Amino acid sequence: MLIGVPTETFAGEKRVAMTPETAAHVIKLGHTLCVQSGAGSAANISDELYRAADVDVLPDAASVYKAADVILKVRAPQLESTQGNEVDLLQSGAVLISFIWPAQNDALMDALAKRQITVLAMDSVPRLSRAQKMDALSSMANIGGYRAVVEAANQFGRFFTGQITAAGKVPPAKVLVIGAGVAGLAAIGAARGMGAIVRAFDTRPEAAEQVESMGADFLMLEFEEDEDGAGEGGYAKVMSKEFIDAEMALFREQAKDVDIIITTALIPGRPAPELITTDMVESMKPGSVIVDLAAERGGNCKLTQPDQVIKHGDVTLIGYTDLPSRMAAQSSQLYSTNLRHLLADLTPEKDGQLNVNMDDEVIRGATVINDGDITWPPPPPKLSAAPKPVAVAAPVLPVEVKTGGIGGTVIAALVGAVALLSIGSVAPPDFMSHFTVFVLSCFIGYQVIWSVSPALHTPLMSVTNAISGIIVVGALLQISSSSGFVVFLSAVATLIASINIAGGFLVTQRMLKMFRK
Amino acid sequence: MMNSGMVTAAYIIAAVLFILSLAGLSKQETARRGNQAGIAGMAIAVLATIIGDGVSNYGILLVMVGIGGAIGAYLARRVEMTDMPELVAILHSFVGLAAVLVGFASYLTPDSHHVGAERTIHDVEIYLGILIGALTFTGSVVAFGKLSGKLGSKPLILPGRHKLNLGIGVACVVLLFLFIGQAPDAALDQNSTGMGTFILVLMTLLAFAFGVHMVMAIGGADMPVVISMLNSYSGWAAAATGFMLSNDLLIVVGALVGSSGAILSYIMCKAMNRKFFSVIMGGWGDAKPSNVTSDGSDEPQGEAVPISADEVAMLCKEADSVVIVPGYGMAVAHAQHPVSELTTQLKKAGINVRFAIHPVAGRMPGHMNVLLAEANVPYDLVFEMDEINDELSDTDVVIVIGANDIVNPSALDNPNSPIAGMPVLEVWKAKTVIVSKRSMATGYAGVENPLFFKENTRMLFGDAKESVNGILAGL
Repeated sequence: MLIGVPTETFAGEKRVAMTPETAAHVIKLGHTLCVQSGAGSAANISDELYRAADVDVLPDAASVYKAADVILKVRAPQLESTQGNEVDLLQSGAVLISFIWPAQNDALMDALAKRQITVLAMDSVPRLSRAQKMDALSSMANIGGYRAVVEAANQFGRFFTGQITAAGKVPPAKVLVIGAGVAGLAAIGAARGMGAIVRAFDTRPEAAEQVESMGADFLMLEFEEDEDGAGEGGYAKVMSKEFIDAEMALFREQAKDVDIIITTALIPGRPAPELITTDMVESMKPGSVIVDLAAERGGNCKLTQPDQVIKHGDVTLIGYTDLPSRMAAQSSQLYSTNLRHLLADLTPEKDGQLNVNMDDEVIRGATVINDGDITWPPPPPKLSAAPKPVAVAAPVLPVEVKTGGIGGTVIAALVGAVALLSIGSVAPPDFMSHFTVFVLSCFIGYQVIWSVSPALHTPLMSVTNAISGIIVVGALLQISSSSGFVVFLSAVATLIASINIAGGFLVTQRMLKMFRK
Repeated sequence: MMNSGMVTAAYIIAAVLFILSLAGLSKQETARRGNQAGIAGMAIAVLATIIGDGVSNYGILLVMVGIGGAIGAYLARRVEMTDMPELVAILHSFVGLAAVLVGFASYLTPDSHHVGAERTIHDVEIYLGILIGALTFTGSVVAFGKLSGKLGSKPLILPGRHKLNLGIGVACVVLLFLFIGQAPDAALDQNSTGMGTFILVLMTLLAFAFGVHMVMAIGGADMPVVISMLNSYSGWAAAATGFMLSNDLLIVVGALVGSSGAILSYIMCKAMNRKFFSVIMGGWGDAKPSNVTSDGSDEPQGEAVPISADEVAMLCKEADSVVIVPGYGMAVAHAQHPVSELTTQLKKAGINVRFAIHPVAGRMPGHMNVLLAEANVPYDLVFEMDEINDELSDTDVVIVIGANDIVNPSALDNPNSPIAGMPVLEVWKAKTVIVSKRSMATGYAGVENPLFFKENTRMLFGDAKESVNGILAGL
């Protein structure tokens, strides 16, 4: 199939849906690619680089839309843009893969359905572990979380890391991250990396472990009832009033202490919950910064203005909604890799033929319009990977039951001693002297072998092999017998024991030579 | 000519040299000197025997030693390090066969003048010497066949195998009592040997069958235990021969080798958290099938995430520390040389590269160490499980090459797993785990490996050698 990548038309959007690196992988699937001239320039990818990756560069959007069977985009098609109505540009019967947000964009969905288009929404890829590699929401949230810290640092007038210098002591910055999803965890990682003290809060108790693994402190809520904030698909859900009250009290207390607050709290299909009230903002120290990653959906703080940096008193509020686009090179790379994985699933035969297999759970979930039929919302996914609320059984290691214990040892020793005595009572002295040698040798062997380094166990085996060839002595003692048959037996025994001796020692020598420091 | 006192003195020197030889293997630095001590001991023992009393048939003797030595030297030079387990197994079988032959020769040499208890003990010694030798012989031949792929590595479970084993054991004991008193005596006529010979041959055949049956019932990954056990048996066979011939040197060496093999078997069993007895009885016991099905339904398995060799190379480049966990798959694919090259490249890039070796990785004790040494991996980069397990949590990338059960987390957290309690390398604690494997097939134990479905695990499918070469190309 011919896959086309037009330039993004949404104001300020710098990302591009396909990078030359990823293009090479897509070409391996049997597809051909074309790209609108200048599509990657905002992400620092020149047309030359595309050409070098065997991607055709077409002069304008119209020719891309006209030529391509499949269109890859970042933002949903714009009904009004600098290039006109993008839905109208799409060929009837074409396939579109991009972010769509079908719940919020009824008009767009209708327009697309009317044009008999098959649409796969990257935001509707189900959250299964198999689909992680195409989860563009996570890969973009990761970038957003990182960038949020960078933007906060940009506005924050002090170091993140604590220092003691000749010019005085610098206390470390304290960062509070609310919502420990992908973005929150990325923000924690970035802030920790810069040396700040990081605290984090999430309504889902299982997030505590993830937060702590990133090196931040998890703020526990003093709350009587056990309320689990985990909703479907790994997202949070709406909490009870008591819970929210306790939560707000916690934030109120923290606001006075921390320098930077990064909020990432979102509940699917609802406006962002208000977590930081105006009085909390006013209680913060002068110079503090709030980054509201939920700004696009109303904000976790009422004061935030989408896409703007504003001052409320001495506190800076950052409401950028285009954080991934501000790191266009990185986000284009990750997004196009997500697309590439989706294309790989859509092209199972690697023959360049797209197969929108509605029996495949992932593809079914992502397909919001199939050949003009609106297929959104999909039937609820079968959760195969999400942890069930299992009663966690403590990992009990099987304890070895020693039968008999000390009593057994004593009995064994007694039996052994009695057996020895009874043999001694009848056996001739000659045998007993050999037996002495035998038992003592076993103990020497025991002592010596325990100190052998495990790395040398193979040479140990081959050397013991060689020395057990000592049995040749037995054969040699009998080889001069008067009986021809005995001579024959001894001769064969001598032969094979000699193989053992020579083979064992020489191969040991060969192995030991190879061990070097 | 040396008199018998001088021969004994030479034997004492030889025995001391053998003990020094094994003691030398305790450290890499002294290992080569240890081997030389062994060679010296052997030379002294053989020379003293040859020029001692009662040896006159020099023509045949020298020809046989010459041919045997040449064959041995040829094998030693030619063997691939990946095939070491086979060589060791076949050498064990030689010791067993030699013990059988020496036993028969001793039985047929009518110059013993034992009477009463002495005579009974001598008969028992002959009997035991041949018995142990015979089962070592066939057992080792079967082990050789399994290791070299000439026989399937699946355990062969005959119906009623325990009864069969028991029957053979009882038959051997009964035959022993029948045999006592039947051995020929110089004082008696040669004709009276008939019955004794018959019993001895019958017992030998039974022991052969027992050896075959015993090892056939043991699966491929239990081979480290089997090889150690056969190593031990070959020692006991030599010791029994020593008793039979009243030769202290044979007794000493036999006891050294026997206890060495026994300790190795013990270490191997411990590393697999299995009872020695249950390994010898073959298979994974009868409880296995029910466990496996309950595993399958209890835990929904996730999806394994594949990764390409280039991406692994990227990961490695960005890592500070890399730990490589080799397994039998590396030996099968002969991937040790590319792995060594990978180590060199990563070290050049300033990355801390180390190896983690599980005690039962491979098909014989220490197998991985020898392969890595062959490929010139410095031994100070190679660590044992206990040395490195605690450090895996601080490791950025762990690359598992052709290993499965030894990195299976269910050994620790699933008490129902057939391998529960087996010490394993806790690779999942590292930031990222790359598992190089040919397919999603289960390991020897037939247990699903939850490691493959962990969030920080990436699967690198394909032949180990090609995969490692792919990573190298990516660097």
